[in-house]
Order: sequence, then C-alpha cells, then structure tokens
Amino acid sequence: MQGYIYPNEFELRWSLLIVLYPYLTGLVAGAFILASLARVFNVKEVEPTYRLALLTALAFLIVAPLPLLAHLGHPERSYEIFLTPNRKSAMAMFGFVYAWYLMVVLLLEIWFDYRRDFVLRAREATGPLKWIYYALTLGSTDLSDRALGFDDKAGRWITIIGIPSAFLLHGYVGFIFGSVKANPWWSSVLMPVVFLFSAIVSGIALVLIIYIVATLFRGKQVDMACADKLATFLFYAMVVDFSLEMLDFIHRLYESEESIEILSQLIEGRLFVSLIVLQMVLGTLVPLISLGVVSPALSWRGTRKVPAEVRRLIYLGCALLVQVGIFSIRWNVVIGGQLFSKSLRGLTVYKAELLGVEGLLMAGAFVILPFIILWLLVKIMPPWAENEIPTSPEA
Amino acid sequence: MPQQVVRLGIAFAVLAIVFMAARQALVPDTFGETGHYRAAAVDSIAAYPLQYAGHDACAVCHRPIAEKKSDSNHSGVSCEVCHGPAADHAAAPGSVKPPAPRERGFCPMCHGYNASRPSGFPQIDPVAHNPTVPCMTCHDPHAPEPPVIPGACRACHGQIASQKGVSHHATLPCLTCHEAPDEHKATPRLIRPGKPDTRDFCGGCHAEAAVSPSHIPRIDMSTHGDGYLCWQCHYPHHPGTE
Amino acid sequence: MASPADGRDWESRETCEPVDRRDFLWEALKASLGVPIALSVVRVPELCGMQEESDAGAERIYGMGIDIRKCIGCGRCAQACKNENDVPDEPYFFNTWVERYVIRSDGEIVVDSPNGGIDGFPPYKEEGGTLRTFFVPKLCNHCEEAPCVQVCPVGATFITDDGAVLVDEEYCIGCGYCVQACPYGARWFDPVKHVARKCTFCYHRLAKGKVPACVEVCPTSARLFGNVGHRANPLAHFLRFNEIQVLKPHLNTKPKVFYANLDGEVR
Repeated sequence: MQGYIYPNEFELRWSLLIVLYPYLTGLVAGAFILASLARVFNVKEVEPTYRLALLTALAFLIVAPLPLLAHLGHPERSYEIFLTPNRKSAMAMFGFVYAWYLMVVLLLEIWFDYRRDFVLRAREATGPLKWIYYALTLGSTDLSDRALGFDDKAGRWITIIGIPSAFLLHGYVGFIFGSVKANPWWSSVLMPVVFLFSAIVSGIALVLIIYIVATLFRGKQVDMACADKLATFLFYAMVVDFSLEMLDFIHRLYESEESIEILSQLIEGRLFVSLIVLQMVLGTLVPLISLGVVSPALSWRGTRKVPAEVRRLIYLGCALLVQVGIFSIRWNVVIGGQLFSKSLRGLTVYKAELLGVEGLLMAGAFVILPFIILWLLVKIMPPWAENEIPTSPEA
Repeated sequence: MPQQVVRLGIAFAVLAIVFMAARQALVPDTFGETGHYRAAAVDSIAAYPLQYAGHDACAVCHRPIAEKKSDSNHSGVSCEVCHGPAADHAAAPGSVKPPAPRERGFCPMCHGYNASRPSGFPQIDPVAHNPTVPCMTCHDPHAPEPPVIPGACRACHGQIASQKGVSHHATLPCLTCHEAPDEHKATPRLIRPGKPDTRDFCGGCHAEAAVSPSHIPRIDMSTHGDGYLCWQCHYPHHPGTE
Repeated sequence: MASPADGRDWESRETCEPVDRRDFLWEALKASLGVPIALSVVRVPELCGMQEESDAGAERIYGMGIDIRKCIGCGRCAQACKNENDVPDEPYFFNTWVERYVIRSDGEIVVDSPNGGIDGFPPYKEEGGTLRTFFVPKLCNHCEEAPCVQVCPVGATFITDDGAVLVDEEYCIGCGYCVQACPYGARWFDPVKHVARKCTFCYHRLAKGKVPACVEVCPTSARLFGNVGHRANPLAHFLRFNEIQVLKPHLNTKPKVFYANLDGEVR
C-alpha cells in the first residue's frame, strides 16, 4: 500500500476470475467474426477455419460465464438476473445478451451448418450415438435440395445478424467497465470499441493457433494460403486495436484530468510489467512488426522470402504473444482499475492466491476447460474438410 | 414452411414457456410494488434490533443525571458515547449494566491534544496532565468544568504555577503549604513566605491515619522514605515526578 | 436533534422542479419504442413539472449535515456504527469512518484513517510544517442519483421513498458491481454474508423514531440528521446558514450528505 486508500478499498472485489471473463468472451466474439469473414464476406482463403472458428466460439462461450458465476457471492441466486433485470443496469442485460448470442446466433448457425451432417451420421451410426445425432437434428431430417438450400440461406442470414451480435456481446462487456464513472481508469467511451477490436485480435489469433496446432497433430499439411490470410487479418485488426489504445492513452494524457497523477504512478509502478512490457512490447509491438515483415499484409512479395515452415512458426509465435498481450489488457483493465484508490491518493496491491475459488488453479481450469469442450465438439462434429460425408441416397 | 423452422419453433416455444413459467413462480411477491426492488426488504431492514437506545431512553430513569448533564458542557454528549450501546440495559435494567469507563485512557479519545482538532476545543496532553490520576478525580463527567486553579501567585511564580497547574496538586491554593504574609507582596525579598519543614506536614494528607479524601495516596509514615524529608524525593509542585 | 419522522412542509421550489433529464430520456425512449404501457406508465404530472401539493407534503427525504469545524476525530461514530450494524471488526469494513487531512506547508497532502479513526490518530510527525489540518467523517452519501443503484443488475439495492439507499441482503447476488460503481468507497463486501453492505442511515433506528447511531454518539454535534425538505429543523438551519459542499459534485451523484466548512482538497 502506498498513500491513502479508502478503508473499504483494501480488498479488491474483482479478482482474477473477472479478468478471465472479458478475455474468454473476447475470444468468442473474435472467433465468430473470423467465421463470418468466410460466410458473409466470401473470403475464400479462410474457409478451412470456418467450422473450427464456430466450434471454438461455442466452446469458449459455454465456459465464459462460469468464472463470473464462481465469483458471485451467491451463485445460487444468479437466476435473478433473468427474473428481475434492472433495466438501468449495464450488467443486467448480460443474461439476455448471452442467451441471445448463444441460442439465436451461435447454436442456430452451427445447427443449420451441421444439420446435414447430423442427419447423415444419425443414419450411419449405431447404438446411443445414433440417438444423440438424431436428437441433435431436432427431428428435422429433410435432406432435399430445397431443404439444404434453406439451411445455407438461413445460416447466411444468421451470420449477418451474428456480426452485430458479436459486436454487441463484447462491446457490451467493454461498456460494463467503460460506464463506471467512479473509476477514471475505466470510464471512457472508447472502452467498448477497444474491447471489441482486442476481441477480434484475440479471436483470430486463437483460431490461428488451434488451426496450426491441430493440423500438425493430425499429420496434415497447413493450408498456407489460409494461414497467410489469417495472419493478414490479424495484422490489420492489431493496427486498428493499437491505434485505438494509443488514442485513448494520448487523450487521457492530453486532457490531464485530476486522476492523471495517480494513473501515471499506476502505470510506472504497479502496471509496468503487465502494461508496458507484456501488453505493449511483447503483446503488440513484437507481433505487429513480425507480422508486418513476414505476412502478406503489407506486400505480397514479403512472404516469398520466408519459407513456409518458418512463416508458420512465426505466425504461431506471434499468435501466442498476442494471447499474452490480450490477457494482459484484460488484467490491466480489471485489476489495474482497482489498484488505485478512488480518493486518487494511493495505490493498493493485488496478490492472486493459488488455491481457493478465486485462485490461480481455478483460473487455470477455466482456461483449459474450453479446450476440452472444443476437443469433444470436434469429436462429435468434425470441422475438417476431409470428413465431409458424401450424400449417399441409399443410406 | 420448411421443416427446420417448425422444429426450431417448437424448441424455442418450449424454452420460452419454461422461462415464463419459472419467472412467474420465482419472482418474489412484493417485488416491484414500490420500485424495482423487493418491497418486503424495507420492512425486514427496518426490523433490525437496536443497540443504542438513544439519550431520551436514558433520561426516563436517570433524570437527575440527565438534568445535571443538560446544563453542562457535556449537554450535547449523549450518554451512550461513554457508557456504550445500552438498548439491552434499557430493556432489562436490572440484569444488564452498561460500563462506566473510569480509566485515564478514555477521556483523551476526545480531549487528548491532537493538532487536527478544532482550536478552542478543550484538549490536554495526557502524559503531562496530572499523570496517573483518573480524570474523574478532578472532573465530573456529567458536568465537567475546568478545575479552578488558584492564580494569586502566578504573576511572579509563573513557572511554578504552570507546573503545579497540571499536577496532582493543581487545585491546592499556594497558602495550603506556604505562609505568605501580606507584606510579601509589597517587599517580596524582605518578607519571605514560609515553607513546611517537617515530614508530618505532608503526612497531614498522606499519612495512613490522615483525615483527607480517599483518592489521595497514603504511606506508612514510620517506614516510608527511611527518614528522608518528603521533598528530598518528591517535588511538591509536581509530585508525580520523583 | 432532528426528528426524522415529521416531514410535512416541502419548499415550493422542490415541488415544481422540471423533470430530470435522464428520466425524460428514459420516458422518451420508452414512448418511442411504443411500449409505454409494458414498461411503466408515463407519469404525466412529472412531465408537466406539476406535483400535487398534498402528495408533496407527505414526502420525507433523509439527509445528513456534517460540520468539519466541529469534528474532533474521536472516532466514536465509526465505533458506534460497528456496534449498531453488526459490521466486522477488521479495519477494512466501514459504513462510516473518519479521515485526517494534513495539508503541509509545502503543498503535500497527507491523508490517513487508521482503523477508521476508532483507535484515535497518532500524532502526525510534521515534515515541513503544517498549513491546515482537520478531520473528515465519511459515510454513504445516499445519492439521489446513486450509481450503485443504477448498476445493480437484479434490483437488490434501491432507494427508498424517503431517500435512503439500502441493500436487500436476501436478494443480492454478490456480483460486486455496486462496490466498483461507488465513487466514495462507501460499500464493502461482507465476508460472512457474501453480499454488498453499506450505511443504511440506520434505517432500523429511523423506523423506531431514533437518529442514526453515528449522530447519536457524536459528542460535538458535528453530524446532524433530518429531513432535507423540511423547513424548520436543525438540518434545514444548517443547510441555510452554512456554505455547503458535497463530495465529488462533478460526478452528478447528488449526494444527500452535506458538508459545511469542507476543504477543497477533500475527495
């Protein structure tokens, strides 16, 4: 502790688990927006990752509310947010935004996209699996050209609805922080936008990691056109994200409100490693420069010089660094916003515990869980092109 | 209508019905009656038990003290500031007795010197001010007045007066111990005041058999001090120091 | 002492105040959505800036006045509050606490509040001399536009008809958003009940015709409690004859704890 903090500020109310929540939802929104690139904007190169991105979004969306739930003082009362949402509260809409995104966007899109697969698998499989696949079809087994055509059209429309919804999902998370006028570190109109673009960055990077790693594990060849395209989009998204963050930073510095002194102390002291080193240098500048040099984002010829294997490795490294950087952003927002007193006269400390509901182990579990769910999803609903089941009329 | 839409429609309808039913069943009865909250919560908060009975409650039984206090410098100080929360006592006066703090450490919580306190508020230095004696000895907490410190000799003997003023002997007039004829004031160097010169003079108050208020410390004159004169060890103008 | 229960006399300016802009926007939004009935009926008298005199007379809005020049920093208020409201003894849970401000001659401002002031304040070791020094009692400001009430997702914290901001401990889900939203650090999280807690203006005492515990025990009457709309009570007198400030007015929370003789450095 340093300087003066209000006595009630001694305990940080929002801990590591609340850092995870915007991080995980960000991955969801980003992965979905990547999927929409293939579906709506017809970016042919990224098509190999379309289904993978959808499943990734779903796996992370299932886990996203869990850290929130674990952090509540009374998780057993959480249903109240659906019963009596306070329409003036930024957080009250969480349940509805989440439900909308899960039920109306993600599950529907996946359902329309996989319905044909479900029907065909239900026909081929035996035992309980047959019934699971049949249940997944919801009994809608029509595979006529007209029906499949409708699936495609519906999926496309849902993606179009889905893009603003994904923006809403994560922009909204940013708003939860950005609208707290009591906290000068959070209170900013740019917060939802910064959250959104950092979400897109993290989502693209995540799908890139999963795609490269999973392909290698499956002993297949990485589609370099796809990887290049992903890296290019990652680069563009990072440029926008970085510009927005810098804008926010410069704006604060230029306005120099009464909070500037304590915030400077915060950045130079408590947040130096996580903000300057991890977020800015390692998480943003290093990958940005690497991608700028190696990927075809700036010049198509640039990529020719670097062999595919090296390029792939650099992409992977950059994407991992980006994850570290984006996690640091969430940390710096959530924890950083509570490290200084609202009296603007002092700083406090946060020490994450190892065990316990809000400890490191629990947080680690919440990071691993979506990958386990994703693995299961991939088993039930393979997203790879070679698993495409040919329509066999006799089956 | 495509089959998919029908099937999804059914699924969503079921979910919607379940949600509406759950909402109907689970929203608390009084929610929304007076605003976006459970109206019953206000009543349950209002029903919390009292700890502090309030000064009016004390005055019902302790009228003489309340009246005395109401005319004093402590008129604005509620009984429970010093005696602690007394709602239990008010409910069962016979069985629960509130504490009456008598130790020296208590009064300086308000009256100990602190630079941040408003000037004009009576403050003392708890270390130098009449050490070890409970405040109540000189000050009645129900009607506190600064004790009258004799000031007749202060004009010339300022240093002694200020020293004595914060000592156990603060309220004693100088003439209790010293004989000062009126001529001393006119010709102080010619006519000198007298000083006590025997152990028995101090024993008049401090001997075990002495007729004096009970809070005054007593000693056994026959064994205490080995026959030395009292002021060889105790400075009479500030007897707390040795 | 102010009697909290009698509120019969509203000043006329209060009754014809134009409608609050935020409320107006809400109403406008609801109307434009075409669902005014579904959400709540637009209150016509409010929109017209009229309010029936009979209604206004019955209203009662609690508030507190604090005179900085009278506070001696004894910390009895903080102790009494802990006694009265079942607040844990640890030095980081307070409904009310006392801060000491020392403004040094070199301009440096030193603030402290050891154990909320309950155990007194150790002598300040002066470095470079003291320009001004004083105590500031703090508590929930029971804001008219309370950010904590605004952010509560489930309606577990609310403003009563008489202006007290309360927490429904049986309904609070313990998300902690209100703790973040309070600019004054007045809310804390109960480690036993796992819900947000705060000053209630001793609502249970008001219901029994008593003043809040901190007001009851303040030996110098630095705290005054009463109905801010009432014209003839000590609080009204206080508000009328002092230069009044509230904390962090730029946040537009409209506090109902009013300070007299407050230094500009206090926040």
